[in-house]
Amino acid sequence: MLKVEKLVVRYGAVMAVRELSLEVGQGELVALLGPNGAGKSSTINALTGLVTPASGRVVLDSKDISHVRTEDRIRAGLTSTPEGRHIFANLSVGENLRLGAATRRDPAGVRQDIERFLSLFPVLSERYGQAAGTLSGGEQQMLAIARSLMSRPKLLLLDEPSLGLAPKIVARIFDFIGELKAQGLTLLVVEQNARQALRFADRVYVLSSGTLRYDGPPARLADEHGLFNLYIGG
Amino acid sequence: MDYALQQLLNALAFGAEYSLVALGLAVVFSIMGLVNFAHGEIIGVSAYSVFLAAALGLTSPFVAVLLAVGMAALAAVVFERVAFRPVRYAPTTTGLLTAFGVSIVVQNLFMLLISPKPQSVSVLNGLNQMWFFGPFAVSSLQVMELIVSGLTILALVFFLNRSTLGLAIRAASRDFATVRLMGIKANRVIATAFAISGALAGIAAVFILARRGSVSPDLGFGLVLKAFVACVIGGFGSLPGAAVGGMLLGFIEVGLLVALPQEYAGFKDALTYAIIVALLVYRPEGLLGQRIELGDKEI
Repeated sequence: MLKVEKLVVRYGAVMAVRELSLEVGQGELVALLGPNGAGKSSTINALTGLVTPASGRVVLDSKDISHVRTEDRIRAGLTSTPEGRHIFANLSVGENLRLGAATRRDPAGVRQDIERFLSLFPVLSERYGQAAGTLSGGEQQMLAIARSLMSRPKLLLLDEPSLGLAPKIVARIFDFIGELKAQGLTLLVVEQNARQALRFADRVYVLSSGTLRYDGPPARLADEHGLFNLYIGG
Repeated sequence: MDYALQQLLNALAFGAEYSLVALGLAVVFSIMGLVNFAHGEIIGVSAYSVFLAAALGLTSPFVAVLLAVGMAALAAVVFERVAFRPVRYAPTTTGLLTAFGVSIVVQNLFMLLISPKPQSVSVLNGLNQMWFFGPFAVSSLQVMELIVSGLTILALVFFLNRSTLGLAIRAASRDFATVRLMGIKANRVIATAFAISGALAGIAAVFILARRGSVSPDLGFGLVLKAFVACVIGGFGSLPGAAVGGMLLGFIEVGLLVALPQEYAGFKDALTYAIIVALLVYRPEGLLGQRIELGDKEI
């Protein structure tokens, strides 16, 4: 479904991503792991087009989208839940969800989807009319993921969904991510929290200093020579 | 009583006009961080359109109003497309200088193509009459100014709260990148913000023309400075702040005119700004602005 070829992202003289190639197949959950500053978020931002890569190709459904604008990539079925959630704090919970469906032209379907997420996350239902900035971190993360799903994407990129959240809440969010996978959604999950990310991952990429250090099934990652501890920690 | 009512209406009418123009500045600033000092020339384009249409024989006030608002919205969108889009991602000062550049170029075009001297425009004079309510005489223009500004602000609030594009404009004022992640076209959000900003300027232009009965190349410049001050009072980038700041500025100005003895009337502007400086010392972020702490990720 998604194919990245020799992606290079630079910020001035700093090379954040060095010739990264990866693939995500239909229905797969792929984890992209690595320590802080490894180039994970730069990769995601290059995939959504918020950052322009220095070189390399991004192919979605065998279409080269390397030069397609962010908003048109979203319309093509790729979306991302950014690191740090980036909910619209000054908008209400409901307005956040409605904006997530901005590309859709089926008001009835949109309403149905909103109902579905509200019953899935009762907290969001209770706070429907409130400014989203008043939600707790975990609630904001749920809202952010629900907002991404409102566009009915084919491929969801999740950037650090565990960031700054308590372990119990992280586990719940990954339960939900597991459900999304079971429903057939294709996911690329960027994480520092390897344990949670590996729960549902079909394949794992480990990135360090912008370079790929591991590519394979999660089971083998633990066996690789010191890799798990070196790049991922406990 | 008559005098007090008259001055109250004066303050409300001036305040409403400042609010409209300030809102136009704030809508654009809130999403782009651009202080559009060419906003006055949008008022100019609007006014000269009415002047040219009248010269061509279109003297219906109804047509003049539609033309004023439509041409202002169009001018704002064209300014964005031609001048501001190429510098959208440049540092803020580049945008500011571009705005001054547009302002100077357009003002000079008015002088070269039309005339540096004020031109008489009488098609909207009919809006400016005296209405008598029993013992009270009020200006029809001021009453209309108040009502139309109120309705316009209500319409704007409705648009910003109900339509997807309105929600996107509010969201973009905090986090433009994430708005694009919703699949919303950045160009469309910005063009809409400029169109709204222009339409608000066009409505203000109608009232200015009806009051002055003439148009000159520097027509909007002074007003935009006032509107800028109104935005600062209210908190720059805050839309409610712009509306409240505009109203407050109107009340301060008229209040000083009333309170100051005739021989000190020349100090009106100095005192107005002194009050505003005092206000900003007390609340540097403006009345409704948000205090941004250093290190805040969300701006």
